[in-house]
Amino acid sequence: MLTIDQLSLQLPLYTSWWKRDWATCLDKFSLTVSPGEVHAVVGASGAGKSLLAYAIMGLLPAPARLNGQLYYQEKPLNASRQRQLRGQELALIPQSLSALDPLVRTQRQVAWAAQRAGQASAHAWHASQQALDHYQLDARAQQAYAHELSGGMARRVLTAMAHVSQAKLVIADEPSVGLDPHQRQRVLNALRELADQGKSVILITHDLRHALPIADRVTIMRDGKRVETAPACAFQGSGASLTNAYSQALWLALPDNAFATAGMSRREQEVNVA
Amino acid sequence: MRLIAPFAKRLARLALVLICVALVSYGLMMASPIDPVDAYLGPQMAQVSPEQRTLIAQRWGFDESAAVQFGHWLRQLVSGDLGWSHVYNQPVSEVIGQRFQRSIALLGSAWLISALVGFSLGVVAGAKEGSKLDKIISTYAFMTASTPAFWLAIIAVLLFSVTLGWTPTCCAGPAGALNHEVSLATRLHHLLLPLATLALLGIANITLHTRTRMLELMRSDVATHAFAQGASRTDVAWRHGLRHASLPAITLAFASLGELFGGSILIEQVFAYPGLGQATVAAGLRSDVPLLLGIALFTALFVSVGNMIADSLYGVIDPRIQPGGL
Repeated sequence: MLTIDQLSLQLPLYTSWWKRDWATCLDKFSLTVSPGEVHAVVGASGAGKSLLAYAIMGLLPAPARLNGQLYYQEKPLNASRQRQLRGQELALIPQSLSALDPLVRTQRQVAWAAQRAGQASAHAWHASQQALDHYQLDARAQQAYAHELSGGMARRVLTAMAHVSQAKLVIADEPSVGLDPHQRQRVLNALRELADQGKSVILITHDLRHALPIADRVTIMRDGKRVETAPACAFQGSGASLTNAYSQALWLALPDNAFATAGMSRREQEVNVA
Repeated sequence: MRLIAPFAKRLARLALVLICVALVSYGLMMASPIDPVDAYLGPQMAQVSPEQRTLIAQRWGFDESAAVQFGHWLRQLVSGDLGWSHVYNQPVSEVIGQRFQRSIALLGSAWLISALVGFSLGVVAGAKEGSKLDKIISTYAFMTASTPAFWLAIIAVLLFSVTLGWTPTCCAGPAGALNHEVSLATRLHHLLLPLATLALLGIANITLHTRTRMLELMRSDVATHAFAQGASRTDVAWRHGLRHASLPAITLAFASLGELFGGSILIEQVFAYPGLGQATVAAGLRSDVPLLLGIALFTALFVSVGNMIADSLYGVIDPRIQPGGL
């Protein structure tokens, strides 16, 4: 479905008034996502996860320097194809709840998303209602404004907006952040359901533990580099089937695994303390 | 009850504002060095004996203390009488009524044009930052925003009335013609230049503020999310931009009612347009206290009501703002 081949991204950085440096945000990053798969991209803050999402969608700011290749359904995904496919085949569930327009009622926003995906306005209105019903948002929530929704409801509205576009590749950027366990499960299950319909889901998160139950494969990311891609089932026990020390240490450091730091080298521990 | 209480609160506050305006303007008039009797007599000052002067002052009540005079005026106001204008030798309410009719044609249309055109230009410029259209509109807006009203008016008279002869140089109708003899077309012809000058200046301000709000929106999460859905810039500007940018535009349009009054005083002087602005200048220079107080009160009322309308419109556009709060 989507292949990312040796993608590098650099953004300008002004060290003084006139001197411009380039900060490397993605470094020869490669990833393959197949249809029907939930692919979790896990990494700490600043690992470049969100920038990866923007790079796939083609929403990076103008001065960005991008190298490497993107392929969508075996064909190169360049800027013009990204523009054409955005909203139709590629959908993004943004990280921030401020992505909802505070001045527009929920259902109208979902209907706009449907219209932007190429549906006629009468049909879009109907589809928006169906999508919101599907995510258990009642009539009151459908006519509410963003500030009247709870965090979980707003997340589900954002998911409904991606769902209504019928996109084949959905990128969810930190969809479960700040939600209680019940709401988190609901949002994650919705993503699993999209994959079960044959779509591809890239789940960007820093929360390895909650991504594992719904993910098929997991890519661990660090400082813009891919550390390891492993099937979700490799994250169990002592993580012996993981090949990389960092991903092993990340796995063992989880609360369920007794915050163990034994597997970590001395250098890694220093980095974590810092 | 829930609707009446905030409304009554606003009315009470409006009354308070009007009383303050009346007090301050009255104090300023008392401090003014112009003697009303001298101003009334004008060049005939020398032919009037001191006895006659005292008689005039007595007749107008100038021999009483300032506080008593203000009390008189306030009592009359409560009974609906704004007093007598000695400059125009007419009741103040009549002077304001007549003058306002002419001024509202000028002010109202200038306000409407500057709000509508200013908002549209701002949205267009802000939607495509850095485009050629944006550069043209911003340059125009920055230039007119920094142009003094009277200067632009004088240049306009020089160019269009004196050199080209397209528009009349002054007044609301041909010199010497009676009010009811002037046709609508002639009135509009006389209105054209002051209106264009006033609107041209009003547009810039609203354009610049609308543009800034639009730029902010186009970089916001809302816009990025819309782009992710495949929306074009026009789509984002039309669906999200209009709503977001209308808040500052409305605030500014209603707040600028006061500025527009101020601007119209200058413009009416330059074009010798017999509106409220000219009456204000006459009242000030010839110490016509009742007329000046009347105009001050009327202007304050007009601007306050404008702001009240803006306040209630916010709630309609932005659901996060509760109407009737505070």
